[in-house]
Amino acid sequence: MIHSLFLVNSSGDIFLEKHWKSVVSRSVCDYFFEAQERASEPENVPPVIPTPHHYLISVLRHRIYFVAVIQSEVPPLFVIEFLHRVVDTFQDYFGVCTEAAIKDNVVVVYELLEEMLDNGFPLATESNILKELIKPPTILRTVVNTITGSTNVGEQLPTGQLSVVPWRRTGVKYTNNEAYFDVVEEIDAIIDKSGSTITAEIQGVIDACVKLTGMPDLTLSFMNPRLLDDVSFHPCVRFKRWEAERILSFIPPDGNFRLLSYHVSSQNLHPLRSASLVAIPVYVKHNITFREGSSQGRFELTLGPKQTMGKGVEAVLVSSQLPRGVLNTNLNPTQGTYTFDPVTKLLSWDVGKINPQKLPSLKGSMSLQAGASKPDENPTINIQFKIQQSALSGLKVNRLDMYGEKYKPFKGIKYMTKAGKFQVRT
Amino acid sequence: MLSMSTNNLSYNDQGGSDSAVEVGQETTPTSSSNAGAGFGLFSTNFKKNDDLKEMLESNKDSLKLDAMKRIIALIAKGKNASELFPAVVKNVASKNIELKKLVYVYLVRYAEEQQDLALLSISTFQRALKDPNQLIRASALRVLSSIRVPIIVPIMMLAIKEAASDMSPYVRKTSAHAIQKLYSLDPDQKEHLIEVIDKLLKDKSTLVAGSVVMAFEEVCPDRIDLIHKNYRKLCNLLVDVEEWGQVVIISMLTRYARTQFTSPWREDGLFDENSETAFYESDEKKTENEDEKKSYMMDPDHRLLLRNTKPLLQSRNTAVVVSVAQLYWHLAPKHEVGVITKSLVRLLRSHREVQYIVLQNIATMSIQRKGMFEPYMKSFYVRSTDATHIKSLKLEILTSLANEANISTILREFQTYVKSQDKEFAAGTIQAIGRCATNISEVTDTCLQGLVLLLSNRDETVVAESVVVIKKLLQTQPTQHSDIIKHMAKLFDNIAVPMARASILWLMGEYCERVPQIAPDVLRKVAKSFTSEEDIVKLQTVNLAAKLYLTNSKQTKLLTQYILNLGKYDQNYDIRDRTRFIRQLIVPNEKSGALGKYARRILLAPKPAPVLESTYKDRDRYQLGTLSHTINTKASGYLELSDWPAVAPDQSVRNVEVIEPVKEWAPSLGKTGKSKLSKSSDDKFYSDSGEEEGSGNSSSDDSSSSEESSSEVESDEEKSSSQSSEESDKSSSQSEKSSSESDSEQKKKTTKKPPQKKTVKPTAKDSDSDENGNVAKEACSSSAEETSSGSDSGSDSGSGSGSDADSHSGTEHKKKTKSKAKPKMEVKSTKEVSLLDLDDFTPTPVTRPKMSVLSPSLLGDLEGLSLSNISSTMQVSGPAFVPEKSHDLLHRMTGKGLSAQYQFPRQPCLYQPSMVSVQISLTNTSDRPLEQIHIGDRSPTGLNMHCFNTIECLLPEASVTVSLGIDFNDSTQAANFQLCTKEDQFSVSIQPAVGELFLPITMTEQDFRQEQGKRLGMNESSATITMAAANTTSQPISRQVATVANLGVVPSGQDNIHRFAGKTASTGAVVLVTVELRGESTALITINTEKSVMGPMLLRDLKRALAQA
Repeated sequence: MIHSLFLVNSSGDIFLEKHWKSVVSRSVCDYFFEAQERASEPENVPPVIPTPHHYLISVLRHRIYFVAVIQSEVPPLFVIEFLHRVVDTFQDYFGVCTEAAIKDNVVVVYELLEEMLDNGFPLATESNILKELIKPPTILRTVVNTITGSTNVGEQLPTGQLSVVPWRRTGVKYTNNEAYFDVVEEIDAIIDKSGSTITAEIQGVIDACVKLTGMPDLTLSFMNPRLLDDVSFHPCVRFKRWEAERILSFIPPDGNFRLLSYHVSSQNLHPLRSASLVAIPVYVKHNITFREGSSQGRFELTLGPKQTMGKGVEAVLVSSQLPRGVLNTNLNPTQGTYTFDPVTKLLSWDVGKINPQKLPSLKGSMSLQAGASKPDENPTINIQFKIQQSALSGLKVNRLDMYGEKYKPFKGIKYMTKAGKFQVRT
Repeated sequence: MLSMSTNNLSYNDQGGSDSAVEVGQETTPTSSSNAGAGFGLFSTNFKKNDDLKEMLESNKDSLKLDAMKRIIALIAKGKNASELFPAVVKNVASKNIELKKLVYVYLVRYAEEQQDLALLSISTFQRALKDPNQLIRASALRVLSSIRVPIIVPIMMLAIKEAASDMSPYVRKTSAHAIQKLYSLDPDQKEHLIEVIDKLLKDKSTLVAGSVVMAFEEVCPDRIDLIHKNYRKLCNLLVDVEEWGQVVIISMLTRYARTQFTSPWREDGLFDENSETAFYESDEKKTENEDEKKSYMMDPDHRLLLRNTKPLLQSRNTAVVVSVAQLYWHLAPKHEVGVITKSLVRLLRSHREVQYIVLQNIATMSIQRKGMFEPYMKSFYVRSTDATHIKSLKLEILTSLANEANISTILREFQTYVKSQDKEFAAGTIQAIGRCATNISEVTDTCLQGLVLLLSNRDETVVAESVVVIKKLLQTQPTQHSDIIKHMAKLFDNIAVPMARASILWLMGEYCERVPQIAPDVLRKVAKSFTSEEDIVKLQTVNLAAKLYLTNSKQTKLLTQYILNLGKYDQNYDIRDRTRFIRQLIVPNEKSGALGKYARRILLAPKPAPVLESTYKDRDRYQLGTLSHTINTKASGYLELSDWPAVAPDQSVRNVEVIEPVKEWAPSLGKTGKSKLSKSSDDKFYSDSGEEEGSGNSSSDDSSSSEESSSEVESDEEKSSSQSSEESDKSSSQSEKSSSESDSEQKKKTTKKPPQKKTVKPTAKDSDSDENGNVAKEACSSSAEETSSGSDSGSDSGSGSGSDADSHSGTEHKKKTKSKAKPKMEVKSTKEVSLLDLDDFTPTPVTRPKMSVLSPSLLGDLEGLSLSNISSTMQVSGPAFVPEKSHDLLHRMTGKGLSAQYQFPRQPCLYQPSMVSVQISLTNTSDRPLEQIHIGDRSPTGLNMHCFNTIECLLPEASVTVSLGIDFNDSTQAANFQLCTKEDQFSVSIQPAVGELFLPITMTEQDFRQEQGKRLGMNESSATITMAAANTTSQPISRQVATVANLGVVPSGQDNIHRFAGKTASTGAVVLVTVELRGESTALITINTEKSVMGPMLLRDLKRALAQA
């Protein structure tokens, strides 16, 4: 399946290669570089590039291209999903997935890649199993290894690989038994220039951090499970139980994992009541104008909260790609700081917290290239924000029960709403 | 490292390798520091490459390990480290596991180049294969099989066979992987390997299943016979197999099912959208099949596969979700395919690359089955942050999804895209508009108008693209384009982009016979500016001149000669050449040869119309989700999906012997066995002791847990115990089988028809003739109106400055209409304001009565593209507020499962301006599909109503929204009609509130007063009311009024007076509402309209609304 893997950095250098079958010359990447040159933005490199003898399937994460070389028919998503899993694993192991981190840990990277694929077919991708096979590098372990000469490679076949619960190892022990769940919802929306919602949907996840001794069996129930009608689960969740009772029943993996992700779309309820389900927590008043023949443009932006259920909107960040004709801006924020990069034309305004009594605004003028024609389109405004302790869809966890073990665990649940791809057209 | 270069010689000697000296070139400072930094962090001194060999030969493991790590770093960077082979290979037997692993990595990389030396390590692996630790056995087999040295093939073969019967499933899994490696090394071993595959296929461990199927796919994908016995087991294990194995198994089973089961589609062909039916079966065969459609019964094994894969749509692995989706697409009955929609749409939130692949698949699906994704249309709206290829895929899908009902929404969305800064994308949008225009005949004219306006865009890409699309549109619609051509001729003066000018000239020439009066004028104008034109324009000018000369030489002879003379002395040799050629061709003289006779045929040959269709149209020939589908060519190793067999092969081949557990497959034909089955697969899914606390391992029927248990002995015991309990199951399954066989015998089978591809013709022609029989005529008359202004003013359009005359008379014309002061909409004549000068929602001119095709709503949709009407008094605007309130049309109890609700979307009706559009949402709440939902008799019989197209099939739980147009004739009398399904008829009625019969218009305050002045006396009704406290400011009042009636807000100079205006849909009578606040809480409502019945009714409704909070 996957023949070889090349890691390419943003300047177009191959800094790591790994082959699972016979060696493929790195000149095959020339086709990739060609496509990279042709693309105006790094994201525009097509994920699948056919070459005379191979196919290159690439993903771009953390400004590194992971280019897999394929020789014959394989579902492209299979490869793409795997590559993303590789990146996730690197991130898990090294904290970050950067060129430097990979170069510093090249041996661990190699050992991981060796374990993850055998002859191009995925072997072990579950993080729990990998961590038993290859211990993540820590300063302490490096010291210990150097002194004692011991290694960071596990000696035993991980139990998970063979057990009936492949995602959990046996013999887990903790002194403090705790289980925390984070319900994080991201709202994706497109707001049109008149302020009405064109589309809005919520992408939610429940991330868990479970540190429990033994083989606990958990059930998680919701106050309003009806909201969850489009979900995907971690393999540990018993699907039939969910189908029948709308209860999440599972033996959790050890540590951090994503229990489920769900999608609340505007279509979920009634087709006639489109977009009404998802309440938009902020509004934007904008007035961005360019006048024909004038070298000045007006820029006014005011943010305000709405429908936030009394929770504050924090960490607000506004960014906008201004038209090419804009030379510079002269704006005054009532709060926060703003920057404008005259090269990339990217305006970003770090607002911080929205105070409902004193709405943040950014006003001023833009200077345009003299003589240039008026830009065709007003820029779209992208907004980031966070709302703590609130899940926008109204999803509420009812209770968490544990079976199979005697002790009483600490339980905790946290809600958060974030902006996902939140765009305002102006 | 730096000193390596000096030591090259010695390495070459010792290593016996004459090839590579690249280690020595490892001298760049960056890489050397990188290689060392990570691992050398705690080592005492920084080592160089030349001591690697020494280190490897030392006694200390830690030194060796350090050396190996640095070697791996070299390999990772793609440097050659092959000359260290002998030194490394010695360490293959090291006790240190990490060291050993690194040596393995090295070996696998270089063994192929150093075959002789590699043999030294073989004995170590052979020993390790007998190691008690399964991990060591497995890794030894992994490395042994990865060493691509042909000489050890027999050893590998032996090792694989042995490992295939190893106790540990992990080792067996490794052996499955080894099969593929051996096969690629030596294809002659195929027969032996197939034996091993056969053996491993019987393995019951979930760990092995994925890997062995992978081996099967690689080695012997055609040996379908090996699958038969394992089919049911694979289906049942599927949910427990690791995710990567699931993908492989699902794709294998898809192919398998296509060879073993009969098509489930015949039965459903009937319910499907017409295009689908046409796609899969040709018409004459459809009738033939009528009998057998009834007798189709799905093979229980087929059903088993569909049922067991469905939960995997919930997988977190996107590859699994898409592979299940393609399985459903290729195998499921058409009405069940809908289940995959939601999951696919969910994947669109994933990474960019995932989106790309998923969107491609959706694009292919949506061409055949719009209905599947139409409810999720908004998920395909483009964000400015999307990558370009994602944008164009979304555009592709939106275009495929466009239909009569949603086209207005889609066009409005496109309008935003056209203005995008990403010009490539904007150009793509224009093409998409072009495709919508050809596919949906109702909007063709609107789209054309919109595109024409884009010609005045500043961006050359946009203009060029618009011209191309307009050209294509005009070519596909040769009957009714003269107005557009005239329009373009008018715009010619304002357009500067050479490409666009050239294209307009081409159009003039190509269709000069349809615009006989304008074309010469255009030629005259361009002749004046000939010398200053761009080359491409000059060439087309010469062409135009030639064509006109042939068709209308009387008027253009002199002009043509003038142009040809100019061309003769042009600086550009192309133009000189062309001029010379044309002159010889068209001007008769004694020198011109035989060719001159054919000049007309050469220059005015009918050109074939380009076809506007999706690039994803034929992608369906590849299995969805495959690489071949993505790149749209056959990738190497692609396995064709076979057609369904006409007669299902023997089903009994899948029956298994006594030793196999068969309990789970047993769905009987009569009853679905649902409860039992769901329970058993329940167990399957848990497959661990989690469900029944305590009982855990002892549950004898839980065969899967026993299979997976690492302790083989135990599982054997359990197997024997489970066998007995399965005996009974098996016997029942056999009886079921026999019954199903008898069933299948009863079926009449005919030969299978291969799916036939049939292009869907553009609908333009059909609808021209049936629905809008008068379309062409109307369009012509409208165009006549549009251009007639010129002739009105008396100037002969053949001569004189056409555009001047036009604009002049246009304004005159306008004045006239204005002075009439009737609520009459006028046709715009000066259409020169470009798109860019407009705000998005400036109201559009309403061209009400003349062109029914160009309905106001659509103009409204393209209003950003359309023209601004500067002085028109009244313009229909978009609704100020659309109430979300929907009314029950048909309750599900009375409708036998069919429930219907209606709502007034307050959009001007697409079908006829006098109609009020109504949106009906139909939901099937029963548990069977409802077929052929349509509208039957209506009363009053004269009720003018535009029905929705018959809905062929509405699945259980599914709902669909359709739009109707009803001409209520400005009365609140209910429209009664029958909503029919195939079996039943339900009488329903829609009673509009009086406020829904209006269309909002905008006008100035002055115009409002003027209009109001004409409607006094008995046309005025008023009342004083006490307002609710909340309603005393302007916003709540506007909202309340807008809720009650579909009226537009008229800007008001006074704070206490609020004005609203609208016109009735049917007759276009103006309705004016004034709310005047007097004091704290009293207000005077005045309504002026000549509709003396509607006035008081509206007043009553408004009173009620404003008095309430």
